[in-house]
Amino acid sequence: MHEMGITQSILSASFDAAKDAGATRITEIRISVGEMTETVDFALQFAFEALTPDTMAEGATLVITKVPARSRCLECHLEYAHDRYQMLCPTCGSMAVELLQGRELKIDSIEADDGEDDTEDGAAKTGAETPDDDSEATKE
Amino acid sequence: MEIDLSKPILDLNERLAEQNRALLDEHGVFVLDLMASPGAGKTSTILATIGALRDRYRIAVIEGDIASKVDAEKVKAHGIPAVQINTGGACHLESDMIKRAIDALPLDELDLIIIENVGNLVCPTDFYLGENAKVMILSVPEGHDKPYKYPGIFQISEAIILNKVDTMPVFDFNEEEFTAEVHTLNPKAPIFRIAATKGEGVAEWAEWLAARIEAAKVAVAEKKAAGAAE
Repeated sequence: MHEMGITQSILSASFDAAKDAGATRITEIRISVGEMTETVDFALQFAFEALTPDTMAEGATLVITKVPARSRCLECHLEYAHDRYQMLCPTCGSMAVELLQGRELKIDSIEADDGEDDTEDGAAKTGAETPDDDSEATKE
Repeated sequence: MEIDLSKPILDLNERLAEQNRALLDEHGVFVLDLMASPGAGKTSTILATIGALRDRYRIAVIEGDIASKVDAEKVKAHGIPAVQINTGGACHLESDMIKRAIDALPLDELDLIIIENVGNLVCPTDFYLGENAKVMILSVPEGHDKPYKYPGIFQISEAIILNKVDTMPVFDFNEEEFTAEVHTLNPKAPIFRIAATKGEGVAEWAEWLAARIEAAKVAVAEKKAAGAAE
């Protein structure tokens, strides 16, 4: 159960990035998790729900993109996708293979705003008026 | 607004691990991260490895446990410097803990540090500590089906030690199946069959480790030479 620590790292990096950008609220955090890691989506979501209340990411969504495993055979040079149990080269059966992807644990991006509106894309809005006064109340 | 981060989640851990690596390279110290479940024989394997290599290398041990100093005391009783890390509940070691431990060791007087990670077949897998190699131990009583149950640790390990082979007649351990599973998960990893407390098979494992240490020395020397040439 190391997902709690991983989630703390995700949040700490996200808070820093949001503050640097002058944002006060985070609505979405997008991460990539390789199929070959020992990190469990369910446990990440659980930790996320436990750690976000009373922070700038309260009510935010954690979006997890799984990165499938891919390897290359060092003998026949085939590149192939595989599950986490079968790394052997599927054509020549070679054991000399190298993993190309699948061990990722990466924060991709976050969606943040100044907490003033609920518009999906705050950046696209240039001084346009948004009569959206009840936005605060609609947020959980 | 969308803010692009594109950085490792364990960025801080990885950066501290790189700092550990650089410091250890500077002092010419090889680090082995030894992982296994509780009771697999990590401490016995470390003591057997020390016995096999202490004439060739100056060794120290970093002991990671949730609590207690039992393991560090066992190692110190053999005249080997040991630092105990108590994680206080955390299921794995992280690079800041290793940093504090190596700061407490006389790096100039060492060639090899063996880290005994917290007994766990899952969490240590995802954390780079600045080690040169991760190696795992599975003990015979745990059963031959463990590679498929805990694939990650078998895949991240450069070598697999199968400990307590002397108990194989007592347990229903299918070695053929175990070997096939390991090779499917991690084709390149050698498997060393040992009985740490009896000394069986330890020499072969120790030779592999010694060769790995020598190879790392060459790599560090080449890197230094390349750096000096710039």
